[in-house]
Amino acid sequence: MSNIQTGKPALTRFSLRKILRENPTAQGLALISPTAIYLLLFMVLPMILVVLLSFMTRGPYGNVVYRVNVQNYARLADPLYLRILVFSLGVGAATTVFTILIGYPLAYFIARTPARHRSFLLFLILLPFWTNFIIRIYAWIMILRTEGFLNSVLLHMGVINVPLNILYTPTAVLIAMVYEFLPFMVLPLYTSLEKIENAQLEAAADLGARPWRTFLRVTLPLSVPGMIAGSILVFIPAMGMFVVPDLMGGAKTILIGNLIRNQFLVSRDWPFGAAASMLLLILTLVFTLLYTRKAGFGEELLV
Amino acid sequence: MSEFAVEMRDVIKIFPTPEGGEVNAVDHVTLQIKHGEFFSLLGPSGCGKTTSLRLMAGFEWPTSGEVCIDGKLMGRTPPYLRTVNTVFQSYALFQHMTVFQNVAFGLEMEKVFKAEITRRVGEALEMVKLVGMNNRKPKQLSGGQQQRVALARALVKRPAVLLLDEPLGALDLKLRKEMQLELKALQEQVGITFIYVTHDQEEALVMSDRIAVMSQGKVLQIGKPAEIYERPNCRFVADFIGETNFLFGTFKSWEGDMATVSVPGLEAEVVGLGAKGLSSGQKVIVSVRPEKILISEGSVFKQNCFQARVVDTAYVGSDTRVILDIGQGTRLNVWERNKISTIDPCAFYQPGQEVWITLFPENTQVLAEI
Amino acid sequence: MSEKKPAFWLRVFAILAYTYIYFPILILIIFSFNTQKINVRWEGFTLHWYDVLFHDSNVLLAVRNTLMIACVSTLVATVIGTLAALALQRYRFPGYTAAESALYIPVIVPEVVMGISLLAFFVMVGLKLGLATIALSHIAFNIPFVTLVVRARLHGFDKSIEEASMDLGANEMTTFWRVTLPTIMPGVLSGALLAFTLSLDDYVITYFTAGPGATTLPLRVFSMVRFAVTPEVNALSTLWVFTIFVVLLASQVIQRRQEHH
Repeated sequence: MSNIQTGKPALTRFSLRKILRENPTAQGLALISPTAIYLLLFMVLPMILVVLLSFMTRGPYGNVVYRVNVQNYARLADPLYLRILVFSLGVGAATTVFTILIGYPLAYFIARTPARHRSFLLFLILLPFWTNFIIRIYAWIMILRTEGFLNSVLLHMGVINVPLNILYTPTAVLIAMVYEFLPFMVLPLYTSLEKIENAQLEAAADLGARPWRTFLRVTLPLSVPGMIAGSILVFIPAMGMFVVPDLMGGAKTILIGNLIRNQFLVSRDWPFGAAASMLLLILTLVFTLLYTRKAGFGEELLV
Repeated sequence: MSEFAVEMRDVIKIFPTPEGGEVNAVDHVTLQIKHGEFFSLLGPSGCGKTTSLRLMAGFEWPTSGEVCIDGKLMGRTPPYLRTVNTVFQSYALFQHMTVFQNVAFGLEMEKVFKAEITRRVGEALEMVKLVGMNNRKPKQLSGGQQQRVALARALVKRPAVLLLDEPLGALDLKLRKEMQLELKALQEQVGITFIYVTHDQEEALVMSDRIAVMSQGKVLQIGKPAEIYERPNCRFVADFIGETNFLFGTFKSWEGDMATVSVPGLEAEVVGLGAKGLSSGQKVIVSVRPEKILISEGSVFKQNCFQARVVDTAYVGSDTRVILDIGQGTRLNVWERNKISTIDPCAFYQPGQEVWITLFPENTQVLAEI
Repeated sequence: MSEKKPAFWLRVFAILAYTYIYFPILILIIFSFNTQKINVRWEGFTLHWYDVLFHDSNVLLAVRNTLMIACVSTLVATVIGTLAALALQRYRFPGYTAAESALYIPVIVPEVVMGISLLAFFVMVGLKLGLATIALSHIAFNIPFVTLVVRARLHGFDKSIEEASMDLGANEMTTFWRVTLPTIMPGVLSGALLAFTLSLDDYVITYFTAGPGATTLPLRVFSMVRFAVTPEVNALSTLWVFTIFVVLLASQVIQRRQEHH
């Protein structure tokens, strides 16, 4: 009886091919290795670098001196920086609240339209966001400037006498941020609302609840997972934003993102910038964990 | 040419369970399948029949034991180096290829010339009666048509052995019965060994030359359909194949081939064909099939003739099914062919009617109770 | 949710919301045709700014760079990401959890932090900042998204077609090329499209990893908005919007065509 082990001569019995073919674990490792190596180099290592950097010191010429020191973190406790932190949290929170205020009725509207129109309506919301987001910010600058579109129209109509000073204030930043993050709130909310069984609403009505009560006691609580998912998608990135405050916020509006950027590219205090980054990162992780603990990783997030 | 087309020698296959333990999906299985046979592996889900098939095909390797194809030890040979081909339960057609490309695939792998491929693909599709669909995609075919493509795709390679994993499971009843006969005819026409996995015992009985009945990873009995049906060697086989009646009792003595059993509740002892090795006082099961029991007005035979009372009847057109009580609540099912066409209600049995039943000893099995 | 027609006020609100969403874009487009420089009053229709745009070598260079980087990073990330998706969906190996977690980094970590971390890394390692470093960074954040998309598509994959292929005589490599890959191709293309878009659009990470000479379209638009605001920006924006729109339409048509087959 002959023995067919491989179709190859005995010399290659211990070849790599044989190991790969017969051992599923080896196959898995082989497939994941390019990703693993690449991400290790360009994602994990840089992150570790930032952690290490945050404990280093700034040299006199803006270089990095390898002397371990925790001063950077202490500096973050300075009222100046704490104010920035609180402000960032505030902007994030405000953005979240406003996206809910505008996004909820919108999501509700779409969830109530006939099914055949829904994907089109959702597509319409997403369409502008395929353009580059700096373009969209520019559009708002155009509108909100002192000589901008909004002021021209209002002045022309006689509603106001003096141009409104909107651009380069936190208000402008908020308007643009809400604009940017609206889809991230609408989509998860819509997913949540759409899943609500009609039968439950009818049951509430049957038991004597008026439309408003039904909304407050049935619809709203059932849409909470969507709100939480949306909040994760809005609050956390909003906190770390720096482009919008940079372009539209003027000198007064500084978020953590701007702080980090300034430290790295203007003040050249990399260790301090790294510490601020760590702070942002920790905040992000904390909030992500808090939120997912509350809601779990639902399908709403797969948006 | 070796002695057997496919052999499994004391094969064990162990799988980890989700709870963290292990299970013997195939437990000391030994099979010897002859060339040109239509051999079925029959059993309920989880009995190890599909795993056995996959071990033959090369999708799994034995934990211990050997699989041989045409006398050659397979060891850890991959599927693409074995001379067997598989028809999958889900058909596994390549959705992105046309019917022609699907069937041609295996020949491409053999590096057959294009002209030859075209010829052989045409032949194979004709053989499964699927002509004119060459350029269709699987999505555009019905379940039955997809099944034929899967068959053609495997047969075109002229394998020595064809493995079929419940190929008719997804088809509706009428189509399934048609295909059973077609497959059997095909196998006889082509002459290759078919190894067929199914949980449908009627299907196995109709199509097979021999059947292996499996349960929980073990092979319980191998034999021709008649052997399996008429001479089951254990309770499971008697129960799984067809319908049967069980009486529980104690073995008394031998009279030649016949075993005498004492059944509580019956005045006389029951006599039947005994399984080998029964010892006095051993607990046994008496198995007799419903179509083998005779109902009569009075006592007509000396052995195995008992009084009974009709509990209920069911008219199923060709048969009448009668449930009888033979004392102490023990019930027997009897099936009688309705040989005479009549609509006179008195011709059928009435609940409460007193009758006699006879279990012919040569139709009765005495099996060891496990 | 029931399909009773939504209440009147809800519809009004929705219309207002959609207006809020589309209004800026429309203004942008309209004023790209304005003769007047300052974008406030409508003075007259002109294509002048488009002309300026086409002769602006900075912009053209930026477009070329952006497309090159997007193509390269998409190609590399798609290949690597698809392999990773296959690995994660079908196998168990030591380091599985670590690999999976590493893939979540770009999803969780704010872009600013990723940007500065890459900047620090390149400088420490001694790599000169330029187009290459941008491409390397793009690949890094694209891989996880490709992996995510392809993994989602792999969910319903029927392994028996791979077994059938091997049963018919194809070895593992041939099975992958002739059977597995064509079957998962729609998912792979989706992932590639996503990667391409992310690369095309990226500002923050590009900002930190670009050298002094390197410019991409988002960077260019940013500096134009910051420093030299003319309707040329509007023209550029309008063309960009239009291009995206055409690409989206084309991909929808292709998708419909594929489904019909």
